[in-house]
Formats: sequence, structure tokens, C-alpha cells
Amino acid sequence: MSRLALGVALAILAAVPYWVGGTYYVNIASQVLFYAILALGVNVLAGYAGLVSLGHAGLFGIAAYAGARIMNEGYGPVGVTVGALAVTLLASAIFAVLALRGTGLGFVMITVALGQIVWGVAYRWISITNGDNGIAIRGRPSPLGLSLTSPAGFYWATLVVFLLAVATMAVFVASPFGASVRGTRDQPRRMNALGYHVWMIRFLAFLFSGFWSGVAGLLYLYYNQFVSPQAVALTASAEALLMVIAGGTATLLGPIAGAALVVIMKNVVSAYIERWNFVLGAIFVAIVVFMPDGLVPGARRLWRWARASARPALRSVG
Amino acid sequence: MNLWLVLAVNSVTLGGLLFLLSAGFSLIFGLMKIPNLTHGSFFMLGAYLATSLIAHGVDFWTAAVVGGLLVAVFGGIVERLILRRLAGAELAQVLVTLGLSFMIADVCLMVWTGDPIRIATPSALRGATSVAGLGFPTYRLAISLIAVVFAVALWALLDRTRLGAMIRAGVDDPAMARVVGIRVSRLFTVVFCLGAWLAGFAGVIGGPILSVYPGLDGEMLPLALVVVILGGSGSLLGSLVGSFVVGFLYNFGQAMFPELAYVVLFLPMLIVLVVRPQGLFGRPAA
Repeated sequence: MSRLALGVALAILAAVPYWVGGTYYVNIASQVLFYAILALGVNVLAGYAGLVSLGHAGLFGIAAYAGARIMNEGYGPVGVTVGALAVTLLASAIFAVLALRGTGLGFVMITVALGQIVWGVAYRWISITNGDNGIAIRGRPSPLGLSLTSPAGFYWATLVVFLLAVATMAVFVASPFGASVRGTRDQPRRMNALGYHVWMIRFLAFLFSGFWSGVAGLLYLYYNQFVSPQAVALTASAEALLMVIAGGTATLLGPIAGAALVVIMKNVVSAYIERWNFVLGAIFVAIVVFMPDGLVPGARRLWRWARASARPALRSVG
Repeated sequence: MNLWLVLAVNSVTLGGLLFLLSAGFSLIFGLMKIPNLTHGSFFMLGAYLATSLIAHGVDFWTAAVVGGLLVAVFGGIVERLILRRLAGAELAQVLVTLGLSFMIADVCLMVWTGDPIRIATPSALRGATSVAGLGFPTYRLAISLIAVVFAVALWALLDRTRLGAMIRAGVDDPAMARVVGIRVSRLFTVVFCLGAWLAGFAGVIGGPILSVYPGLDGEMLPLALVVVILGGSGSLLGSLVGSFVVGFLYNFGQAMFPELAYVVLFLPMLIVLVVRPQGLFGRPAA
């Protein structure tokens, strides 16, 4: 049954360019997918490790900037991918060493500061990042000879990466490592007493999270063929976190639903009014105040409640 | 005047402004355990409100005090209506303050448009004052003086009054403070309003130097964060020292490494984090 549902879902996702109608919507679907990868990455920390990061747009942006620079040096897709992800992993390690000096709110504050450093570099260190003008790349790469130029082609490539990310997350959640990450979130002292190296587990979770943020950043670069300081602003980090929280932290599907919600909202709202930042802030406040556990767990609870209240009614009919 | 001296004066001025901004941030963080991410917005909102007041003929100092008061009232409403509902859920409180900061920024953009607005220097403080044979810009000296006066006043408030003793008790051990009959939740409101007022006031008196423009909030907030991480949360002395360190780094960094000024600013914070995570004057977490 669940295998069937999975198959149907895959078929629907793969057929998006055929049924969604218009390249505009195909492009939005691609955006949903790569932002979902970023949200999945943020969720590793914010959800499973209990470490809320407001600096992940920094890692996302470092991958995009590194990719753009390497690509403009004339390297092919393999060189760009390996190089950009290596730089991102290194940056994640530095972020992790510093941010893990604190937990809880200390961690939040340090990640805000780290994210702002990346922003400052992107904005001011003009000889490397070209400042406010950003860096453009010449067209999308064609890995294995496949062209990513068409919206549908790019969508399918992103879908493959997205499915890989989801599969990796599913393995991570079910693995002993995933369990130990959750352990450090719920009972750090007990985990320590049991002989686990709490710091190392968090550090590895940070790297894992940073890796997928970097992958998302590269896809962002290929999609826009351009990167500017806007990609690493605090707003971008907040959006990523909103996706996770809106969808439901520490769930596999939550961040994906959250990414779809935020990306679609952003495109729809921006089409009608200019006030996306206001709406973003308002959704943030509303979700935190009224639906603190997110849409997916919230909907699941609603569904359980509806079924529970429907059952006695059915019995009385029978 | 010598370039280094100019930089030093500018550093002291920025340090004074940062002290006004971060003292409230630090107290709120120390007492309520919330890194109030709307603090930069309070700074910007105060300045914007004052530009409107001044445009309606109110004089500079009244505008500064009233602008601060309006921000304080707004802060009080936020604290009472939203943060209070989320008591105990610190993470949710942080996220709400972040969401609010986006909303405030967008409303300011809508009301005051995207063009920078400069607040005119009050006429009595224009020009230069000569001290020991050197000419200093009078207004910058005045800001430094105001910061010193506020530092002393805040120290007196915290160290010498009953209210200050209650706040210190709340910072040290909120549960025990409640047991001995201190209404800690009322202190939250008082401290939040005070912090908001200081931030709004600082925004106004910073106006003649910095101007007001969209994005000012996002520029001031990280500075306040650095000051508090550097100085330690809940410590007035920490904010004072941190503010001047950041003020000097910012100005000298910009003169010496213009492209890297922003990074130079964060270096001492990173060093302090590695060596002494609780901040220079903070106490280690219990």
C-alpha cells in the first residue's frame, strides 16, 4: 500500500512538466525542490538536533558563490560541484566549531552573527564577490551531456537530486546516528553519561546539514545563473527556518511541505502586492503563536481528531 | 585635524550610540533570556518617528524623547500581547521577534519610502568645539556625553534603587525572585519598555550622523549582538566595554581594511567565543 502510494507520488512528481501547465509553473516547481533540499538540511539541526540555526543562508550562499567563481575559472560541472561542496563543508566545519560553543539561544545568536559575516563579505569584499552587483555565470552546465537549459530539463535534474536528498534523510533518520542525534537533543547529559561524544555528534550533524544546504545553494546558482548578497541575507536564513517550522520540525515531509508553502506564497503574493517581507513576518508570527508544531503535525492531529470524532457517529448509524 | 584623531572621535561616538542600543538588548537578554531581534528595528523606528515629528515642527530633543516613548509603548504592547503568551517557549519568542522585525521594516519602507532621511543636527550643537587646542565636532562630543550620563544613570538605577535590585535578582535567579515576592513578569514589561526606549532614543540622536534608511535595522542588530556576545549578557559594564571595542573596530577597520571592515568587527567576538563563551564580563551558565 505505502509502496503503491510512493510509486504514485513519484510518477506525479516526475510528470510535473506535463501536467502543471506552462514553464512559469515548472520553474516554481524547481524552486520548491531546491528550497526543500535547503529546508531538509536546516531540519537536521533545527529538528533532529534541537539546534536552531539562523545562519544557513550563509552556507547556501557560500556554495553558490564558490560555484560561481569556480565555474567562471572555466571548470566543468564535476569540478564545480566537488569544489563548491568542499568549500561549503569547510565553512560548515568552521561554523560548527564556533556555533557549538553555545547551545539553545547562544547557538541562535552565534549563527545570526556568522550569517551576517558571510553577508558582509558578500556585500563589501568586492574583489572576491563583486559586491552588490553579484556574480553571473555563463549558462547552466550540462552534466553527462544532458542539457539543463530547458525548464523541464532543469526540473528533472533537480528532482533527481531532491529524491537523493530525501532518501539520504530517510536513511539518516532511521540510522543509529540519527537516533544518537535525537538523543543529544532530548538528553544531552544522559547521552554523555552513556559514553557518546555529544559534541562530535552535533558537529557531524552540522556538517551533514551544511552539505545539503550547499547542494541547494549550487542548484540555486544553476537556476538563477546569478548570485548576489540577497541570497545570504538574514531574511533568506529566516525563510529557510520558516519552511522547517511551518511544515513541522523533525519530520521528513514537513520541511518539504513548508518549502512548497513558502515558495508558492512568495510567488503568489509578490504577483499581487510588493509587501512580501511583511507577509513573511506575519506568517512567521501567526505560525509560532497559533500552530507551534507546524502544518504537517498540525494536520495529522486534526485528521486523528476528525477520525476519532467520526467513529462513534458511524457506529450509531450501523 | 589628524586622521587618527578623527577616527578616534568617531569611534567614541559610535561606541556611545551602541551602548545605548546594547544596554537594553543586554538587559532584556539577561532577564528574559530572549535575544530580541526587533532591537535594530526599534532603533530604526525611533529615528523614523522622530523625522516625522521634526517635520511637524517639534524640536530635536523633544522628538528624541517622544520618539523613544512611542517605541517604548510599541515594545510594551509586543511584550504584553505576544511575548507574554509564549512565556517559557524561548525559541518561539525569538522567532516572533524576528517575524516582527520583518514586518516593522516593511511598514517603515511603506510609510517613509526607501530614500535615506537625514535628521538635522540641533542648531546649538553645530560646528566645532576646541578642546586642548584641537577642534572637535560639537555634536559628536554631545553624544559621547549623553552616553556617559546614561551609563551612570543606568548603573545607579540597577545598583542603587529597589527596582534595580529586583531586576538584578530576576537576572540571577528568576524562580527564586518570584518566591520572595518579586513580580518578575512585571519586571519583564518594565525592562522591555526601557530597552525599547533606549533603542528608539539612540536611533534619533544617531540620526544626524547615520541618517535613517531601510536596512539600518539590519546593520545595527548584528552590532548589538556582537557587543552582547563580547561583553556578556545582562552586564552593564560588559555592554559599555563591548560597545567601545566595537565602535573602535568599526571605524578603524573601515579606514584600514575597507573591504574587510565587517569581518574585522566580528573577529574579537569569535576569539571571545572560543576562549570565554560567556563573554568578558558574563558569568558562566549555571
